[in-house]
Amino acid sequence: MFEILERQDMADGTVVLNEISAPLIAEKAEPGQFVILKANETGERIPLTMADTDPNKGTITIIYQIVGKSTALFKSLQVGERFQDVIGPLGEPTHIEKLGTVVCVGGGTGVAVLHPITRGMKEIGNHVIAIIGARNKDLLILEDKMKAASNELHVCTDDGSYGHHGFVTDVLKDVLEEEDVKLVVAIGPVPMMKFVCSVTEKYKVKTFVSLNPIMVDGTGMCGCCRVSVGGKTRFACIDGPEFDGHEVDFDELMQRLQAYKEQESVAYEKFLHE
Amino acid sequence: MTEKPPKKEKIPRQPMPEQDSQIRKRNFEEVPLGYTKELAVKEAERCLQCKKPSCMEGCPVSIDIPGFIKSIKKGDFAKAVRKIWERNALPAVCGRVCPQEIQCEGKCILGKKGDPVAIGNLEKFVADMEREHGNGELPPKSDPTGKRVAVVGSGPSGLTVAGDLILKGHEVTIFEAFHKPGGVLVYGIPEFRLPKEIVYSEVNTLEKLGVKVECNTVVGKTVSLDELFEQGYDAIYVGVGAGLPRFLDIPGENLIGIYSANEYLTRANLMKAYLFPEYDTPLARGKDVVVFGAGNVAMDSARTAMRLGADRVRIVYRRSRDEMPARSAEIHHAEEEGIEFFLLTAPTRFLGDKNARLTDVECLRMKLGEPDESGRRRPIPIEGSEFKLECDLAVIAVGAGANPLLTKSTEDLKINKWGYIVADPETGKTIKKGVWAGGDIVTGQATVILAMGAGRKASDSIHQYLAWGW
Repeated sequence: MFEILERQDMADGTVVLNEISAPLIAEKAEPGQFVILKANETGERIPLTMADTDPNKGTITIIYQIVGKSTALFKSLQVGERFQDVIGPLGEPTHIEKLGTVVCVGGGTGVAVLHPITRGMKEIGNHVIAIIGARNKDLLILEDKMKAASNELHVCTDDGSYGHHGFVTDVLKDVLEEEDVKLVVAIGPVPMMKFVCSVTEKYKVKTFVSLNPIMVDGTGMCGCCRVSVGGKTRFACIDGPEFDGHEVDFDELMQRLQAYKEQESVAYEKFLHE
Repeated sequence: MTEKPPKKEKIPRQPMPEQDSQIRKRNFEEVPLGYTKELAVKEAERCLQCKKPSCMEGCPVSIDIPGFIKSIKKGDFAKAVRKIWERNALPAVCGRVCPQEIQCEGKCILGKKGDPVAIGNLEKFVADMEREHGNGELPPKSDPTGKRVAVVGSGPSGLTVAGDLILKGHEVTIFEAFHKPGGVLVYGIPEFRLPKEIVYSEVNTLEKLGVKVECNTVVGKTVSLDELFEQGYDAIYVGVGAGLPRFLDIPGENLIGIYSANEYLTRANLMKAYLFPEYDTPLARGKDVVVFGAGNVAMDSARTAMRLGADRVRIVYRRSRDEMPARSAEIHHAEEEGIEFFLLTAPTRFLGDKNARLTDVECLRMKLGEPDESGRRRPIPIEGSEFKLECDLAVIAVGAGANPLLTKSTEDLKINKWGYIVADPETGKTIKKGVWAGGDIVTGQATVILAMGAGRKASDSIHQYLAWGW
């Protein structure tokens, strides 16, 4: 189990795609749910929201950015090698329903998670406008797939090397001005989700975000992934990972993501050195 | 006049040799070093072999205590452990973590005038002898029945059920959500109190008997109870524990450096964060640590923090010493290791720096009032008694509640208002046909041995059902 059947470098090697054999999870998983992966005996448990599943093949797909030792270790695994442990599907699935016009906003590797949600939203009969962004053209992922999954696709780069020169929020504002948007789904780096929510709040458009706090077990047992939503503490692993973005305390989430910054760089340096 | 025969000299209770407190407080090696054969036999000689042994009444699984001690006295350690196995599949665990002072040893007649027989130490001794020097001979199994049982959760109650039913000839598969079996024995209880190698050895024995262990399976997510029945299981035992951490619900609780005990201990024990960076999971190493609560989990957290290099570790508890729920041995060990106790003290809020890292906790002094519904005197805040404790790490060990993950996905299981599964206390039967439940998910957080006791009752009932029907 958990053999890597396909592996692909993306975004200039900063992002990796793995298609992993996990039939039990593939059969059960729905868009928006996540898995926890552990590469080997000494490895850390890393939560990643699934980018795709294929119940017929019995596979799940994850797409992750290399940010530290654990993801670098994942990257080193080749086709035919295995993750020691994969646990899932965890978390609540995205509530996909027919609403009218839905905007899906993605940044960085968040686009990977957004893709099955976008596809689901379109399949159920929504008019889906997708807006995806990256720092530059080379770091952009899944443009073709997002094009196919949506009715309209807008691409933005921070440096203007491709598509709209600017942030996803610029395009989002224009769309919100022109269209009767019923729902926005925003998945990406925390600052991006925070800015998207401050824009949609002005337009009073309901916005879902998918949160990625640090986790250990992913089953509600430890409380590591606690986030403040509407002034209440919620566990992203069992209550989320999706929440009403207008209620999320993004600043707290950003701070909590820094909890192990020092240890993370020690581990990564050591890994690169070895 | 005849001379009185000289009075037989009383043997005192043989103390357990231990690692020196000043050395052990910085390592993760087990604290008790274990009895030698000589010490064990000498201790066993103290047992009066009562006709009506009250020690057995104090044991939740009714081990024949005088019986196994008699074998130790004769030097037949293999026979002694087999005597325990008749009632308890995990003696190496129970000898280490049972609260003997309120169970078997608490009832020992010798305890009335002196020290009770060290039943726990003897149980640990024979189990360790068997593991290290035994011939590996497994208990006999009944003929296969062709019935299949799924056990959900591999903690103490699940392991007990699996061990009982495999011997009765049923096929047994254990499903565990974590990547390693053992439940709280592995993620919760630290290495220095229960070496993980012992738990894996117990699980390994079950596997040799034919029990299958499927890790990484979150029942309720990866597979539902109904799907297990569809897969052909005839009965299901749910022993998923009380895996939902309680927080204090005071301001500042989400600052960096504040952990639930579940998280702190899981990182340290299951993920081996104390070996970081050799192991990849990090854990904050606090210099000034505060632990809230006074149960075994609080002691475990405090002693783990000390081993991870803390300068000061303080236990903050809102009641007094008499109400502390931890085993007396754990409190004693913690004190020896330099853990300080702030009793009659309750936290009111956490304070942090500009990066949201914990710097202080504000507390209030308490006094004891009238007894509450638990029979313990209720702590009452003393107004205006606020003071601050400086700290860079806090662990909240005030208990755990019911994890809703499995019950939420199983609509026809009845739960009570706290989210625990409703099950018959005598049989463990739930209202869902073919499903039993026991341990912390039924009773709320309790002890390893009580969970095993519940497992024992349920396995008897499951066996009956498989033979005769619901």
